[in-house]
Amino acid sequence: MIRCKVHKFGDNINTDLISPACYMELDNAGIAAHAMEGADPDFMKKMQEGDCIVAEKNFGPGSSRETAPIALKGCGVSVVIAQSFARIFYRNSINIGLPVMICEQADEINEGDELEVEPVKGTIKNLTTGKQYQCASIPENIMTIIEHGGLLGDIAYRLEKEKA
Amino acid sequence: MGMTLAEKILARASGKESVSAGEIVTAKVDCAMMDDILGPRIVEDAIKDFPYELKLWDKDRVVLICDHYAPSGTIHQADIVAYTRDWAKRFGLGEENYFEGIGPCHQILAENGYSLPGTVQVGTDSHTCTAGAFGCLGTGIGSTEMAGVLYTGEIWMRVPETILYKWEGKLPQGVMAKDVILKSIGDTGHSGATYMSMEFTGDTIKNLPMDERMCISNMAIEAGAKCGLIPADEKTDAYLAEHGCTKAYEKFAPDADANYAKVMQYRAEDLIPQVACPHNVDNVHPITEVKGTVMHRAYIGSCTGGRLNDLRVAAEILKGKKVSRDTKLLVSPASQLIWKQADKLGYLQTLAEAGATILAPTCGACLGVHSGLIGAGENCVSASNRNFKGRMGSPDGKVYLASPATIAASAIEGRLADVREHL
Repeated sequence: MIRCKVHKFGDNINTDLISPACYMELDNAGIAAHAMEGADPDFMKKMQEGDCIVAEKNFGPGSSRETAPIALKGCGVSVVIAQSFARIFYRNSINIGLPVMICEQADEINEGDELEVEPVKGTIKNLTTGKQYQCASIPENIMTIIEHGGLLGDIAYRLEKEKA
Repeated sequence: MGMTLAEKILARASGKESVSAGEIVTAKVDCAMMDDILGPRIVEDAIKDFPYELKLWDKDRVVLICDHYAPSGTIHQADIVAYTRDWAKRFGLGEENYFEGIGPCHQILAENGYSLPGTVQVGTDSHTCTAGAFGCLGTGIGSTEMAGVLYTGEIWMRVPETILYKWEGKLPQGVMAKDVILKSIGDTGHSGATYMSMEFTGDTIKNLPMDERMCISNMAIEAGAKCGLIPADEKTDAYLAEHGCTKAYEKFAPDADANYAKVMQYRAEDLIPQVACPHNVDNVHPITEVKGTVMHRAYIGSCTGGRLNDLRVAAEILKGKKVSRDTKLLVSPASQLIWKQADKLGYLQTLAEAGATILAPTCGACLGVHSGLIGAGENCVSASNRNFKGRMGSPDGKVYLASPATIAASAIEGRLADVREHL
């Protein structure tokens, strides 16, 4: 279960807004320090470890750069909830170990709301407004990848198990 | 509830009786293809801090193809090809699964029996969806994903929703599969099929030769789709057999009661030649709206439009004619095999006599990395798949996508032409 405070965004938050290209030469920590800068220059001042991002339609279109979800994970985002995601961002997020959830009513969630999120069950409880949402759940096998830190972490875990 | 073609293929790949859209499955990969531009060089970078040495899960299912940078246009490109060639040797890939400089990867996969009905193919190139023409779920993936596939032979996939494109009737003279897919993408929009499978059926599709079907599936990604599937039939069998494929495979057909997110119906008789204007593939117009636009360059080639049927159609239109002095027509057959066949059938001779320059089979011009870039202020009408700003060279040039027939007619006139006036 994830308990988190919401940072709210609108439609079409693309990869240039999430992780501007000018920082791509930096290492992952450097990239994370500029997360969401294109969408909200003050984001990193407000962001606390464990907070979540809630957005509306088509989160993450544009570049296939894996640095977009890496920036969000690196700055402590616990989960991204949106009405819909661009396909490559969605896959990259899971592969680098960032939980993502598709919630049709994400537009009803507001900046600063407190949520209780259960990714495997697909449930979101808005503690601020009292509303509850059932969204597409993250299947256990995918959650396992996320828990192992992403696709490569999951493969390492499986290789380790084979050896044992 | 019945299943779509994508659902049937993913049910097989994940060892399940049935799957449905939205479900996430772990699919076994039948073929993993890497190219030179985003292949070993980038994949090795993704795993450079990974503590486990890379071992291929099944080297016979891995295919490596140098096509974007071969023949190389710069020393850096040559170095990348050399690195890729060494990597192939290091991992024991031989003449069955390492190819260099003989054409765009998707065509090479098809000719060598790697795009098999009912199977899953992943590739580090976004046009891996070309395999859909064989009823094979081909899709493009990123570098970390490819690393994962190389280690395990598996990939997680979200079973896609499907949009059904039903084309019925006979295409008019001068109208090709390229017009069918441009029309379909224009109506869908460049993100209209994001996450989804595009499934093409109807007697128009059934009557198309494999060369033409590949053109349709190739461009599914241009509407955001994961794949562009056409049910395999006796034409698929014949193509594979002609190309020496003896591998076993299972052909699936979508169920009549399958669940589709949307159904698009078309009458082929109503279709006229289409052009995708700069700088988006969904900026599609009928030729009647754009004819007369001056073209400095015409390009017939790539994994979209350089197959034998494309060269035949272009040669028939250009036979005994001359390419305009104001236009340069470049022709790049989509593979060495096609080059040889077109040579034997006299197409290359006909095209050259009309004034075309015949190039090596390669991706070069399509993505503007070698073999005929366009300059600032130049317009190019191309049989390839993307017209993004700067795609074929200068960002101040413009790319118009059209069928090989439209391109042949346009090359004669030196401007966008209605091929129906040239038949």
